[in-house]
Amino acid sequence: MKALGLIAALCLGVLLFYISLDFPSWGDGRSPASQHLSPYYIEHTMEDTSVPNIVTAVLADYRGYDTLFETAVIFSAGLACFFLLRVPERQAPAARFYRHLSTGITFRIEKGGRLPENTGEFERIDSVWVPYDVIISVTCRLVVPFVQLFALYVIAHGHHSPGGGFQGGVIFGAAIILFAISNNLRRTLRRMSEKTSALLSSVGVMIYAGTGVLCIIMGAGFLNYSALASILGVDPVAARSHSILVVEIGVGIAVTAVMVWIYYNLSSAGRQDEGL
Amino acid sequence: MEAIGSLIIAKYNYWAVIALLLIGLYAMIAKKNLVKKIIGMNIFQTAIILFYVSIGSKKGATIPIILHGPGDSAHAVHAADYINPLPHVLMLTAIVVSVATLGVALALAMKVYSQYGTLEEDEIQKKIMELEPG
Repeated sequence: MKALGLIAALCLGVLLFYISLDFPSWGDGRSPASQHLSPYYIEHTMEDTSVPNIVTAVLADYRGYDTLFETAVIFSAGLACFFLLRVPERQAPAARFYRHLSTGITFRIEKGGRLPENTGEFERIDSVWVPYDVIISVTCRLVVPFVQLFALYVIAHGHHSPGGGFQGGVIFGAAIILFAISNNLRRTLRRMSEKTSALLSSVGVMIYAGTGVLCIIMGAGFLNYSALASILGVDPVAARSHSILVVEIGVGIAVTAVMVWIYYNLSSAGRQDEGL
Repeated sequence: MEAIGSLIIAKYNYWAVIALLLIGLYAMIAKKNLVKKIIGMNIFQTAIILFYVSIGSKKGATIPIILHGPGDSAHAVHAADYINPLPHVLMLTAIVVSVATLGVALALAMKVYSQYGTLEEDEIQKKIMELEPG
């Protein structure tokens, strides 16, 4: 199997190498890919949408349908992970581990024992031994707000600089996952529960699709943002720019929530009591 | 000699992509471990993403963000000054979707592991044969 795979891969490699000689050279401005559609986008984006970042304009306006369904794909990936992995019944584990906060002593409490929840002096820890590391948890706690702020900047400033809903959403999700890795899953779940992430992921898709439906209600085609000019109180071109921001926020919410949701289910094998 | 040098400069992006494609394809065909197969799939996707991004580049052009903001109609926008935005748009969504598919693939691998207790393909095959003889 190994030799066969190597031969197949090498044959394909030789063919691709032979074909690559006919490809346009790197950085060629007259290559076919740059000749047909993209000059229109580059030259007309400003007058059509008044968004300087062409990538954002094409993503959320010209190719709005594509992006809507990409968002739906991400949402269904989150759902798929949930349905594959989530274990509904919560059987109590054989033993639980607690750390006494002021002394750092670790306790093991057998099944049926009295659990020191809600006393404020003990903290539950994962059964796979994790050393108590002040540096990591404090550093991450300091970093996380700034990462989140940067994510919001990336979403909000997607019109004028590289950025947008997908990138900002992934950064925001990464900040929450960083918190979950550096602390633990239960603490993260108290801050952003599974229900919240599931709800937010569908809310994000709803914001996107709802903007499109609102355009229909206002008498234009689906996702034709210029129809929203009277609601937003601006001219049709600026309405496109503002609607792109609304749509990007929807994408950002959906991507954040789905990333976190997938992490919750993957890291705890669907039990959501002890993570990485 | 010079011709070969200019050929390499003109095409080496494709060759790098082809090398990555082959690594990913080989991992998907030959590796027995499911997680290694998934990583191979991810390398393959990365190769495609790099391919798209590299065909969007133009010599002497800048990133696809119009330099002169709204309201400035004095400066005409020339397509040759900005790189092709379309591959970037397509790959932007493809990257996030590849992360999402990676999540689903890992979830499936976890399910397989909990069912058979292993991620090695031949051992899974053996266990399936034991469960359903013939």
